[in-house]
Amino acid sequence: MKLSRLLLPRDFALALIVIGLIVAIGVRAPVFVTPDSLVGVLTDTSFLFMLTLAQMAVILTRGIDLSVAANLALTGMICALVSRALPDLPIAGVIVLAIVLGAALGAVNGALIAFLDIPPIVVTLGTLSVYRGATFLVAHGAWLTSKDMTPAFLAFPRLSFGGVSILIIIAALVSFGFWVLLGHTRLGRGLYAVGGNPVAARYCGIELGGQQFFVHTLAGAVSGLCGYLWVSRYGIAYTDIAQGYELTIIAACVIGGVSIAGGIGTVAGALLGALFLGVVVNALPVINVSPFWQMLISGAVILTAVVINARSAKRPGKLILRPARNLEGTA
Amino acid sequence: MAAALASQSAAAPILTLSGVSKRFPGVRALHDVGLTLRAGEVTALIGENGAGKSTLVKILTGIYQPDEGEILIDGQPITCDGPRDAWAAGIAAIHQETVMFDELSVAENIFMGHMPLAKGGRVNWFNMRARTRHVLKRLDADFDADALLRNLSVAQKHLVEIARALSHDARIIIMDEPTSALSAREIGELFVIIEQLKKHDCAILFISHKFDEIFRVADRWTCLRDGEEVGSGAIADVTHPELVSLMVGRPIGSVYPKRDVKRGPVVLEAEDISNATEFDGVSFQLHAGQIIGFYGLVGAGRSETMQGLFGLSALTRGSIRIDGKSVKLHSPDDAIRAGIGYVPEDRQTQGAVLPFGIRANMTLASLGAHARNGFLSYAKELATTRKFGARLSVKAANWEQLVGQLSGGNQQKVVIGKWLASHPRILILDEPTKGIDIGSKAAVHEFIGELASEGLAILLVSSELPEVMGMADDIIVMHEGRIVKRFARGAASAEAIVGAALGDHGAHA
Repeated sequence: MKLSRLLLPRDFALALIVIGLIVAIGVRAPVFVTPDSLVGVLTDTSFLFMLTLAQMAVILTRGIDLSVAANLALTGMICALVSRALPDLPIAGVIVLAIVLGAALGAVNGALIAFLDIPPIVVTLGTLSVYRGATFLVAHGAWLTSKDMTPAFLAFPRLSFGGVSILIIIAALVSFGFWVLLGHTRLGRGLYAVGGNPVAARYCGIELGGQQFFVHTLAGAVSGLCGYLWVSRYGIAYTDIAQGYELTIIAACVIGGVSIAGGIGTVAGALLGALFLGVVVNALPVINVSPFWQMLISGAVILTAVVINARSAKRPGKLILRPARNLEGTA
Repeated sequence: MAAALASQSAAAPILTLSGVSKRFPGVRALHDVGLTLRAGEVTALIGENGAGKSTLVKILTGIYQPDEGEILIDGQPITCDGPRDAWAAGIAAIHQETVMFDELSVAENIFMGHMPLAKGGRVNWFNMRARTRHVLKRLDADFDADALLRNLSVAQKHLVEIARALSHDARIIIMDEPTSALSAREIGELFVIIEQLKKHDCAILFISHKFDEIFRVADRWTCLRDGEEVGSGAIADVTHPELVSLMVGRPIGSVYPKRDVKRGPVVLEAEDISNATEFDGVSFQLHAGQIIGFYGLVGAGRSETMQGLFGLSALTRGSIRIDGKSVKLHSPDDAIRAGIGYVPEDRQTQGAVLPFGIRANMTLASLGAHARNGFLSYAKELATTRKFGARLSVKAANWEQLVGQLSGGNQQKVVIGKWLASHPRILILDEPTKGIDIGSKAAVHEFIGELASEGLAILLVSSELPEVMGMADDIIVMHEGRIVKRFARGAASAEAIVGAALGDHGAHA
């Protein structure tokens, strides 16, 4: 496997930028670049890694899922409630519940989009509110804190193996899963195809609807998994957890080079986009920069990324003509 | 052309085009074309698909700039560097599909881009409405300036377009197939409007394939063929068959490499297949090794018939048999499984996935054959890509090069390769050489002949008469959604085929 097949040039550039950022922060605050601190950043960013990949799959099909954070909150709340009601439920059961529940909420999006042909942004804007509202209602507005959770429920996200948090391991497994799915399966190729050219894909027997249903269900399953992990890691469940997080996730996709127009995006790029935001969010407090600078910086980075993407999308048109003519000429 | 200029009538020419040429890479779209439009006259522009009519219209409306030649208005040379210059020169075009704003009012549509302004840059609605009502009255329109465009009929929308032209004081009005979307009654209304425009001393360029309309409405004609002007004159001095033979009168070269292939058994049988709106009662039998050419005018329902065969649209009637067995094709997936491949008409929007590399495009119609348990095999994909890439001599830097970066001819080769990789037994080729350069065209023709000789059954939809006559064993001519004529290879003259496509049944075989 050549490196060029693993990392596109722009992914490589983004990797250099992330490394440069870490080094620059390290110069000002050496404490940030200690192994412990860096592992901490990765642990904190685990949720963003997984959710960014799920969002990327949706965006590849020219869709968008605004409901992922609301799904996360609702699933997390229900997991906490179920665990309180059934303290003997093994943790594996809670995780399966979280994934199935999240997938079901995602499938609602998928069904409305694929079978009723409603635009993804409209459907998920609606379910975003519905799921948030339901989160409040299922708990009757109550906050569930670590006192309401069983020790096993709380312990799982704190497991670590050789200093590496289970959250990082789960994120790595999910990333590997997405890498296989998107790069090496028929299904994944179909996602890129419907995003790249839905009409041509249809002529090849790949229907957009089925792909949309699949990606929204998948995004739901990942959101559900993150829902349990989020609630148990932070030891709290209430209506507003991860409020607005969907925008951070979409931002990570854009920074990672995922085209909002569909059909373009890599696992490596999406992970780097998430890592970039993770580093910014974790590093700025270390060097005593106000959290409002964080928002400003990530916004500026998104705009820069979009401008760079737009420019590099134009450039091939100019570059190609020459080699193409050469080819014709030698023929 | 000298003859055309000599036969001038009393009316003075408003617009004169002389010696206009336009080239595109690999294509000579127009060569030394002349055209004269006179006040109060309708000039019909006729020619086959691809004869250069659209290019001429685009030059007149400032979308293209001619490489040579000049445009004179009232004897003064003008340059049209863009659509605005054409408007300013008094040239307005009314298009086949009206491009307007459904959610805005008639007045807003008419004055879009040149709204009358009041002090401070506000729109002067009062003035705009008054001027709209004035123009509408002139056209005897029966709707109001405030009506929303989406509530109007197609004919009324045409009126709005004409009103828009008049609001610019256009004196030269180009109508590009204005009747194609109209009912018989609406066509009658349009002709009344044309008469009124003539009274107002407008010069009209009328483009149509329908000869009955041309003879009804036009005063003069100009005929293009292969980008050259082949004749012009007064409608009163010409007959219908004379115009048809002028349109097609070209030697069909022997450059088409169709070989004589022994015909195999019947592979595909369509019986009375029909769709709600686009085609009706289409029946034919296709043998292995046979090429059936489908000829007709744009909009005759040929592509729609093929899409019906391929499961892209539902059939309301009729049956399809493959190898004698009745099949139901509800989706392209069903059709692919049944052994049908479809190279669609529009390479960019229907054929290729432009942000994909060559490899991913080549295997897209046959992913199942390149995967085991849903996991793709890179090695298998590469082998397929190499095989068909070499067979079709696709020219590219490497197999991962994005298809969007290839030339049109190479893109088309990749699309054809994609369908061959699905190992079809029946291949539908819809305008396979449209918009590709001459070299690639010959390679594609050569290849189609080769495929037929290997026993593939081919349906070839083409609007290029030489291609159909040169490649096909049998020719089916469609007109308005129905088969109107069938010809065996070599048994038909070009005039007979075009005559059938124009809808005159057996007038001149």
